[in-house]
Amino acid sequence: MATSDETRIQELTRAKDDYKEVYGFSDREDYSFKSQKGLNTRVVDQISHMKEEPEWMRQFRQRSLQIFEKKQMPTWGGDLSTLNFDDIYYYVKPSDRSNEGSWDDVPEYIKRTFDKLGIPAAEQKFLGGVGAQYESEVVYHSLQEKWAKQGVIFLDPSEAMKQYPDLFKQYFGTVIPPADNKFAALNSAAWSGGSFVYVPPGVHVEVPLQAYFRINAKNMGQFERTLIIADEGSYVHYVEGCTAPVYSSDSLHSAVVELIAKKGARLRYTTIQNWSKNVYNLVTKRAMAYEGATVEWVDGNLGSKLTMKYPAVYMMEPGAKGEVLSIAFAGDGQHQDAGGKMVHCAPHTQSQIISKSISKGTGRTSYRGLVKVEKGAKDVKSHVRCDALLLDPESKSDTFPYMENEEDRVSIGHEATVSKIGDEQLFYLMSRGVPEGEAMTMIVRGFIEPLVKELPMEYAVELNRLIELEMTGACG
Amino acid sequence: MATLEIKDLHVSVEGKEIIKGVSIEVNKNEVHALMGPNGSGKSTLSFALAGHPKYTVTRGSATFKGEDLLTMPPDERARAGLFLAFQYPAAVPGVTVGNFLRTAVNAKRAGGAPVKALTGKDAEIAGKNGSQISAREFLKVLKENMKNLGLKEDFAFRYLNDGFSGGEKKRVEILQMAVLKPEIAILDETDSGLDIDAMKTVSDGVNRMVGPAMGALVITHYQRLLNYIRPQVVHVMMDGRIVTSGGPDFALELEAKGYDWIRQKYGVASSAAA
Repeated sequence: MATSDETRIQELTRAKDDYKEVYGFSDREDYSFKSQKGLNTRVVDQISHMKEEPEWMRQFRQRSLQIFEKKQMPTWGGDLSTLNFDDIYYYVKPSDRSNEGSWDDVPEYIKRTFDKLGIPAAEQKFLGGVGAQYESEVVYHSLQEKWAKQGVIFLDPSEAMKQYPDLFKQYFGTVIPPADNKFAALNSAAWSGGSFVYVPPGVHVEVPLQAYFRINAKNMGQFERTLIIADEGSYVHYVEGCTAPVYSSDSLHSAVVELIAKKGARLRYTTIQNWSKNVYNLVTKRAMAYEGATVEWVDGNLGSKLTMKYPAVYMMEPGAKGEVLSIAFAGDGQHQDAGGKMVHCAPHTQSQIISKSISKGTGRTSYRGLVKVEKGAKDVKSHVRCDALLLDPESKSDTFPYMENEEDRVSIGHEATVSKIGDEQLFYLMSRGVPEGEAMTMIVRGFIEPLVKELPMEYAVELNRLIELEMTGACG
Repeated sequence: MATLEIKDLHVSVEGKEIIKGVSIEVNKNEVHALMGPNGSGKSTLSFALAGHPKYTVTRGSATFKGEDLLTMPPDERARAGLFLAFQYPAAVPGVTVGNFLRTAVNAKRAGGAPVKALTGKDAEIAGKNGSQISAREFLKVLKENMKNLGLKEDFAFRYLNDGFSGGEKKRVEILQMAVLKPEIAILDETDSGLDIDAMKTVSDGVNRMVGPAMGALVITHYQRLLNYIRPQVVHVMMDGRIVTSGGPDFALELEAKGYDWIRQKYGVASSAAA
């Protein structure tokens, strides 16, 4: 391993011994604007006004609000009974100056936060571009000149709406319409921040673009909106990370992520979600893959109180491929309801969902997945595999695989395993002198290894480190 | 005082007594063979000594270098210098042989304190002050030992026992022994499933280590392993007891005559414990 790699790993792993210490700190709230609690037409107009949006967007938000109010709460998945929509701040603007292109212009206290989280350091070392969102607004966004010159766009979506109004309007809300589900409607009404990425035909962005999301305030709702368009034959890897302080009252994170992979494009979206255990994480993620395009979701869920998230790929044209690699870790009191959704709308399409979940203490993981083959989608291949590992007698895991198939010439495979940490494995490792706790961690890391090795090294190290934290129970 | 001293040991599994009073002393520089028919309790003895939680010692004592072995958890026994080569080692998918063994080596150096996977400068410092083995140094040791045992270098990066053939598993057990350098090694039917070439390679691996630094207790059904690893003492175990012991040639006699005459001579029921 090259020395620079070692140094990078070392920096990533240094001193991250406690969630509270590393991520769980909070800043004093000193904001330029904070909406009243709850969401109504007035708050929605206020958000749109403050963002100086065009009329069509204001109307889109108001329409979405109506849909949100009409839609029932989902009765499946996790327990949403304690989620109180009226007790949430929907828009918090940390500073009058936002969306800065230089770290120097970011307000000092926010800069300190992201410094602590290692964002600017990471940008210099291995990223092609960085976005950093604090509460509702993106406070920093940058893209290496190399990519900007090739026509790559990486912006806060509000900024993209101003600079590229036609391109933005052409795709916004086309993959996930507001009426899709209650939380998509909520996001469509209250959205703020996120990323807009456009990669021109044939451009390969070889280094990842990263966005980092941070909730600071109590009872905060973060509703970022991400739209990525990979034009014909292009390649891009987008990575998001998220953390929040440890509070006793709950916060809500409800993002909408829309991906479009045009003919022959490859788009990879990696999430390392590490919210504190008071955050509801209810996210809608969906991709459209056109002829011969490939979309891969790599989804790591470690934090939050409840996560409900099922990244989807709609394979719209022949030769499209969809893949979900999902890792979920549920510690005491956490519920990770995660999985994936593959919709085959065209012939000769292929999909794969691989899910690995770990439940510790009273933690609960659920795999929930759908493979759907539309009429006319012949010669389709799909493979679903979910493995669950239970660490304690009170740990829980369920599997909810759904299949809807309207064609004959399809091959759909499904395998599921549930295992407890094997006494024989544990004894074997210990019989070589490895203490019990580390032997456990080793087995868990081995369990997720097939997915972790898909990640860029920095994130693999980070994920392994987070798993270690969870295993030692030091998380807040 | 012997390095490993077992006195009147009784062991139960799920309430059933399997070992019914065994006494044995093994020192460094010695090889003891433990033979006996199927189900006589040989493997139970080895698991009990390694500290498997399913095996309960109900009576007797076992000391290792004068310390009470039975109060130590399995990892502490290993770090003290006791090694068990498993007859059926568990597979641990996702954990590479190299990574695992380096952790084990560092665990031994740290004396059971939590071992952080150190990298970069931290690892360099730990390597220099001797608290952890550096990646480079470890790889050198590992490669040398793999070569001795006829294992290809890529075994360092393969998942522990995952998809290994019977012979590969046994070689990797001996590899672990060679790298961890125990003072007493218990080899539980290390010869089973090995062809003659593999048995020779594995035996060479053991013979290289037996000496002033290590003694061995070799459990086997068959005499043929003992052609390669020469014991000073051969013990015969039946129905949870060592019924008789002899010199190196005793194994040949057993091979020729079987166990029935011993059963008759020492009055052991032929329906030995399962």
